[in-house]
Amino acid sequence: MDDPLLLARIQFAANITFHILFPTLSIALGWALLFFRVRYTRTRDERWMSLYRFWVKIFALCFALGVVSGITMSFQFGTNWPGFMTTVGNIAGPLLAYEVLTAFFLEATFLSIMLFGMNRVSERVHTLATALVCFGTTLSAFWILVLNSWMQTPVGFEMRDGVAHATDWLAILSNPSLPYRLLHMLIASALTVAFLIAGLSAYRLLRRDAGGDVKLGLKVGVYAAAVLIPIQIAVGDLHGLNTLHHQPAKVAAMEGLWDSTAGAPAVLFAVPDEAARRNRFEIAIPKLASLYLVHDANGVVKGLKDFEQHPRMTPVFWAFRVMVGVGLLMFAVSWLAAWWLRRGAVPRWLLKGLVAMSFSGWFAVVAGWYVTEIGRQPWLVTGVLTAADAASSVPAPMIAMSLAMYLSLYVVLTVAFVSAIFHLARKGTPPAHGEAAVPLAGALS
Amino acid sequence: MNPLEVVPAGLDGAAFWLPLVFVCLMGLSMLLYVILDGYDLGVGIWLHQAEPAQRDRMIASIGPFWDANETWLVLGVGLLLVAFPLAHGVILGALYLPVALMLAGLILRGVAFDFRAKVKPEKKARWDLAFHAGSLLASLAQGTMLGQLITGFDASPAGLLFSVFIGLGLAAGYALLGASWLILKTEGALQLRALRWARLSAWGTGAGIAAVSIATPMVSPAIFAKWFSLPQFFALLPIPLASLAMFVLLQVFLSRLKVDAGSGNANGLRRWAWGPFACSVSLFVLAFFGLAYSLFPYLVPDRITIWNAAAAPESLMVMLAGALLVLPAILGYTAFAYRVFRGKASDLHYG
Repeated sequence: MDDPLLLARIQFAANITFHILFPTLSIALGWALLFFRVRYTRTRDERWMSLYRFWVKIFALCFALGVVSGITMSFQFGTNWPGFMTTVGNIAGPLLAYEVLTAFFLEATFLSIMLFGMNRVSERVHTLATALVCFGTTLSAFWILVLNSWMQTPVGFEMRDGVAHATDWLAILSNPSLPYRLLHMLIASALTVAFLIAGLSAYRLLRRDAGGDVKLGLKVGVYAAAVLIPIQIAVGDLHGLNTLHHQPAKVAAMEGLWDSTAGAPAVLFAVPDEAARRNRFEIAIPKLASLYLVHDANGVVKGLKDFEQHPRMTPVFWAFRVMVGVGLLMFAVSWLAAWWLRRGAVPRWLLKGLVAMSFSGWFAVVAGWYVTEIGRQPWLVTGVLTAADAASSVPAPMIAMSLAMYLSLYVVLTVAFVSAIFHLARKGTPPAHGEAAVPLAGALS
Repeated sequence: MNPLEVVPAGLDGAAFWLPLVFVCLMGLSMLLYVILDGYDLGVGIWLHQAEPAQRDRMIASIGPFWDANETWLVLGVGLLLVAFPLAHGVILGALYLPVALMLAGLILRGVAFDFRAKVKPEKKARWDLAFHAGSLLASLAQGTMLGQLITGFDASPAGLLFSVFIGLGLAAGYALLGASWLILKTEGALQLRALRWARLSAWGTGAGIAAVSIATPMVSPAIFAKWFSLPQFFALLPIPLASLAMFVLLQVFLSRLKVDAGSGNANGLRRWAWGPFACSVSLFVLAFFGLAYSLFPYLVPDRITIWNAAAAPESLMVMLAGALLVLPAILGYTAFAYRVFRGKASDLHYG
């Protein structure tokens, strides 16, 4: 472990993996809260307000974790990848600046009114504050995905003396992979939240929590998941075809394809051998990959060997299978649960299944990001800058030391987060401020 | 010495004035960050001196604000990153370890703030400790970074010792801001405690400011010349004099409030509670201007100027347009949030 480049990559990956967990939740959870808030205003049904009060606490926790891990990112751009900003800073800089200026302040400021201001401002202003927080989180996702997509599919710039200069901001803001990536990520966020809401509601139901919001929460979570998952699979497919067009090496690694093949098979399982550049223990369906990639059973799909620069196959190959696997599991569980819900009640075994799937979205999201980020290697910005050229000259032991510190912090905080939200779920619906606390579970079982 | 002498030859127009505008914007963000996050870090520094029951109130006094306060750091560092990419790499590379420690501190305190209210009661004390330790660690690390920057990253024992001393000074300064904030936002026994805390930390703050003022001219002859040649010397004299005046005024406010508290003069306590905070903020503003004058136009003393490090003018222009459009809105809704949560802090409730 004395390779500074590898250590810097691991450190950055650790930070960004930890970071992405929380915005993924807070983006869609914000919109869910706005939905609960508006439903309550329309119907005056207390169950919506109970849902709001329960989930706003989890939202606050996600938000805080997202903010602090995000601050880390803004420093590590400089400490780990100084070459990134010196080479493409003229493009990355304004995008990051716009994210801070238009999104971060908006969400951070109105968050306080959303969280603590319900008794201090009118209902209308409170709803507006909630909507502005949602708008801010989504806008922040937009800016950062513009930058990330530009790194994948850079356009609208020219190189002068080794430094990228923007020539067409409109092209940068609508670069070819952005629409697919943005949509894929926003739906992923919604799915993650839908499964968390369904999972925690199922957990409370299993514990015979009689709070009026529990069944409502289960319905919202399950139905949202069941509607979103087929859309997500379709969008993911379009995203893949877009990647095939712009970054074919990434797709070859995802598909486990070493040699360019006419009628390429869909590899279900294999152990890629990086040294021998071939697959071991391969199980594949003939011609299927050509069919869904080039829409012709005998079409040619380019293999990894035919690219001069390409990522390692193993991490991309496996991350892709984890993402797709979780997605299919989500499909099965949400449709089953929706079917039982329409018939009246969900059986206990399926409720347990939903609890087990509470954080399934996290696994799919992280795996998906590994596919797209590792799949871009060795480039940091496709065709413009490699990760090696952007790395800093900070000595390896120093990176290793801070990496150990960050890692232990992240493990502790992730465990604390998960246990805190299950603790909140056991406490059940918080009584509205000013009401006497009513014992919920137990008394009614 | 005229600071503009170091402008690279042939620079004119946008390439000359855009870096100037951006260094002002960055300075403004950093100043706002130090004052705003300073008071909430300061409250964290004092957390362990308070009774458990008072801690909830202390946290409640900063609850609605800390998140937005920290965003000024993101903007400040973000502007360094995007407007002066070359300096960002050099500065943060040299400050790698203190930056990592500061981030660990900020992470700990940021999440502890939320966790303490949501975990089982027996775990609350643990998160209180994390909040306190994180606040202290972040403050010390920031001061150490400042010390290292002033000395041009002097890693000799003397340079490090000096930097750690600045770390202590900045932590004392934040503690003063925090105590003054509590005087403003709380009442009763907690306010009385905060008065004592402010008195204690004021001396540490004074020592820190004095140390920076004495050390900075000694590090670089250029900075020495900027301060101690005529006629600048007389033009600059108001900065140290005003600092001294603010320090004395702070002591006057604190004594007066203590007398009011002792004699049960609630009216006096209410009327003058803003005084210590105003004086503390003024001290920070004055110290900031002194430091900014010393360093300008360098981002790293005697090595990197704002013009050497600046991004391309056309990119700066794109950002400037956004900043001019959005900053007034940010200041506007920040003022709105402070208005919504004005007055003495009460316990926080979700919803």
